[in-house]
Amino acid sequence: MYDVVIIGAGVSGASTARELSRYKARICVVEKCEDVCCGTSKANSAIVHGGFDAETGSLMARLNLRGNLMMDKLCDDLDIPFKRNGSLVVCTDPEKLGDLYALYDRGLANGVRGLEVITDRNRLLEMEPNLADGVCAALHAPTGGIINPFVMNIAMAENANENGVEFRFNTEIMDIEKCEGGFVLHSENGNIKTRCVVNAAGLYTDKFHNIFAEKKIKIIPRRGDYYLLDKTAGQYVSKTVFELPNKMGKGVIVTPTVDGNLLVGPTAIDVTDKEATNTTGEGLDIVLEKSKHTVKNIPMRQVITSFAGLRAHEQGHEFIIGELSEALGFFDCAAIESPGLTAAPAIGEMLADLIKKRLGLEEKDDFIATRKAVFDPSGLSEGERTKLIKEKPEYGTIVCRCEMISAGEIIEAIHRPLGAKTLDGIKRQVRAGSGRCQGGFCTPKVMEIIAKELNMEMCDLTKSGKESRIVLGRNKDWI
Amino acid sequence: MKYDIVIIGGGPAGLAAGKAAKQAGADSILILERDHELGGILNQCIHNGFGLHTFKEELTGPEYAERFIDKVCELGIEYKLNTMVMHIEKNKRVVAMNSSDGMFSIEAKSIILAMGCRERPRGSLNIAGYRPAGIFSAGTAQRLVNIEGFMTGREVVILGSGDIGLIMARRMTLEGAKVKAVAELMPYSGGLKRNIVQCLDDYGIPLKLSHTVVDIRGKERVTGVTIAEVDENFKPIAGTEEDFDCDTLLLSVGLIPENELSKEIGIEMNPVTNGPLVNDRLETSCEGVFACGNVLHVHDLVDYVSEEAALAGKNAARYVKKGSGAKAEQNITIEGKNGVRYTVPSTVNPELMEDFVTVRFRVGGVYKDRYISVKLDGEEIIRRKRPVMAPSEMEDIKLHKAKLCEKPEAKSITISIEEG
Amino acid sequence: MKKRTLTCISCPLGCQVTAEINKGEIVSVTGNTCKRGDVYARKELTNPTRIVTSTVEVIGGESSRLPVKTRTDIPKSMIFDCILALKGLKVKAPLKVGDVVLENVCGTGVDIIATKTIKTF
Repeated sequence: MYDVVIIGAGVSGASTARELSRYKARICVVEKCEDVCCGTSKANSAIVHGGFDAETGSLMARLNLRGNLMMDKLCDDLDIPFKRNGSLVVCTDPEKLGDLYALYDRGLANGVRGLEVITDRNRLLEMEPNLADGVCAALHAPTGGIINPFVMNIAMAENANENGVEFRFNTEIMDIEKCEGGFVLHSENGNIKTRCVVNAAGLYTDKFHNIFAEKKIKIIPRRGDYYLLDKTAGQYVSKTVFELPNKMGKGVIVTPTVDGNLLVGPTAIDVTDKEATNTTGEGLDIVLEKSKHTVKNIPMRQVITSFAGLRAHEQGHEFIIGELSEALGFFDCAAIESPGLTAAPAIGEMLADLIKKRLGLEEKDDFIATRKAVFDPSGLSEGERTKLIKEKPEYGTIVCRCEMISAGEIIEAIHRPLGAKTLDGIKRQVRAGSGRCQGGFCTPKVMEIIAKELNMEMCDLTKSGKESRIVLGRNKDWI
Repeated sequence: MKYDIVIIGGGPAGLAAGKAAKQAGADSILILERDHELGGILNQCIHNGFGLHTFKEELTGPEYAERFIDKVCELGIEYKLNTMVMHIEKNKRVVAMNSSDGMFSIEAKSIILAMGCRERPRGSLNIAGYRPAGIFSAGTAQRLVNIEGFMTGREVVILGSGDIGLIMARRMTLEGAKVKAVAELMPYSGGLKRNIVQCLDDYGIPLKLSHTVVDIRGKERVTGVTIAEVDENFKPIAGTEEDFDCDTLLLSVGLIPENELSKEIGIEMNPVTNGPLVNDRLETSCEGVFACGNVLHVHDLVDYVSEEAALAGKNAARYVKKGSGAKAEQNITIEGKNGVRYTVPSTVNPELMEDFVTVRFRVGGVYKDRYISVKLDGEEIIRRKRPVMAPSEMEDIKLHKAKLCEKPEAKSITISIEEG
Repeated sequence: MKKRTLTCISCPLGCQVTAEINKGEIVSVTGNTCKRGDVYARKELTNPTRIVTSTVEVIGGESSRLPVKTRTDIPKSMIFDCILALKGLKVKAPLKVGDVVLENVCGTGVDIIATKTIKTF
């Protein structure tokens, strides 16, 4: 019997796992996909929000701010790419200036530092020369930042794993029942018993919550379509540029990513299918149209991909975190939509604290607080790199030529604690395939490396687990 | 390490440039190739149809490549495989890396850019839908099928009628897949006419002109796509949607010259070709740096790549021996007008030029029974009738030195499409 | 008199050639730029042929697949039989361009030959 089973290896689940791994306990994370970071955590704006947007006094506001403040140390400890590039919420209608000041006031009340409303257009253009012609004022939040959400998720999960947390992939939980001393989780791969459950199942948190809770919730998948532009467009803005928020969310943003691309999106379209991560023509058109309000002449010819993510929206628009009184030991981590990525470190901290108290957990004295990222040789001098290659020749072979990723990095990604097993997994770990050719050149080479390192057949390799096989047979097999 | 000429890329352009440079007297030449063998993309183009112009016989891609590789070896030209050029510098220092030498730099007197091109990915097309496995650019599928021997799927729809897409329609069919349709956004094919006949018509594969993919279905693996007709603004027409069940979507929607290195040293680019601007010696705006093949502009036929690259090689050899000797004020600009989208080269120096210069260009639409008109400072010097011209087929015209020298003060040449 | 218009595939030019047929006899071919167009049209209307290219498995070579072709064109109707004959065929490295990997494929009198040199691993 486990002490804690966390359902979902997204950013909230991984954060909770890592925070809990500070304590002496048997912990397991169960994930329906083949890897961490496969749901909402992998397709979002990759933004660390300042914390001025959420309603003052809400859990969302508190955890947003706390998460933002924790981010420097977390990223330092776990070697996660993060940059405080600052954000600008721009106002394009002088009559809406009041809304901008209201946001400023809310930010102050939420405890956000350094906020400033700038009404001098020239000053704004100095900060951000490509702002749209209609921009008349902006709220500047210097604490806003950009982060690599995949690496953040992977890093927390890896660190948890190193501290003894077990991970079970391809394990979808179908049902949960109470049993003596805790719960039984029914999965496709058998039953799992545990004293406590953390419901961090993202879009599916309502399913598990509603098994026990009297007050039912309904998670509405709210789709966000995005465009990702080539690194040649990555400098087009330096700060994260927001529209004034509306009732569907924070509007379309234009932002650099911490890896150097430009990201434009999202839409906010409510859908019914929780797996419907498909972009639509009209969704992408909305992104295009709305982004023009804040930033002009975005070089859309440089788009390298578009994608959509689903936010786990609940009508209360508030994080649902805590123990169910109807099922003690069952902890919700539900309705985690934006600013969920920012809040994740704080969410993990809060849940770990609650569970520690519930189970009376003791702190470990051998907790490993740091983790090193996959080794990145790009910062080495020519001499240092040659020395590395003499020792490990695989670092001398470039596999992904757009992102300049060597075989050495890919091999390391495969053999990490929760190593990548799929094309998408490699992409999230080390960016091979995420550049301007989108895997056109490196796909066959990455496949060969995975097959060799994991001793798999080429035909069994997948893009992202399950039925996503890449090649389906050999030549003439079907003649 | 020091070399007279460093050639970046060991595909058809790099090989032909190396051969010509050596034959023109360059002493030390080094070809840097990122793949494990010379020949570049020709290695995966196992179909026939290459070499009619160069060798007067029809060869497959690997056979064509091997003739040049043999020549390069015979001439004692050095090359390094599995070697990636990481940076180049204005002073012609080339920094490269491989697993046996580590990271190393080469001082070159001249550089020939022959990096080729990459395929336009799905993302740049704005096709809505899911992002499952089963979506490949045609060249990636070609590599998987022809080099690795793996099938990307059983039932295939192809978007884009570029030559690689057409060739892959036939390859997939022959290897046991069912190709259900080829959709082309434009009202005309993006590939050669012969490829429509021998790759599609021969196998009864429909070519749907003025059609595009509007939806991709399947969450894990592609399960189908929706194709719709487009209007004159390329917007899908409601009500024309047709669903195809398939497990594979191949994209053959254009090629982009790979000029990341060229941009590093500030070479001036042509926004139409996405390749460097070059003079008649195929020298870029950076003195002593030459460009040829698909990195310069995307070609339809490898024979012309070889021809162009040989010129770059010869001029690089001359540059190494004699320096540039060019005076910018002698240059005559060459400009495409009225239907001519671009020209390569974009300047010609009548003093230094060879007896003639081949100007290659593409037109912007399909033209029937029109004339190509070349004017030197407004005065027509060439007028040639063409029964058909199309964007998918590169045109060329020869400018003769004697003719240009008749007007020593001339400043510009225009090439345009004219009626009757 | 019947007219048939074809696209010549002999070279990348892709000429539109028109053949005039009288009682099954080709009496004229027009529209071709060179004599190959005339030959192509006459053949295409009577006994169409194609060169077939594919790959076969290589054992012990630097590459795992060998590209191959029919040395000359074979009847169009034989294309799939020819491919089927290559199914399961394995050849041993080393191989040189022009090496025969299968003689007289499907009784066409045409050999399948290697189109690439592959050294032993």
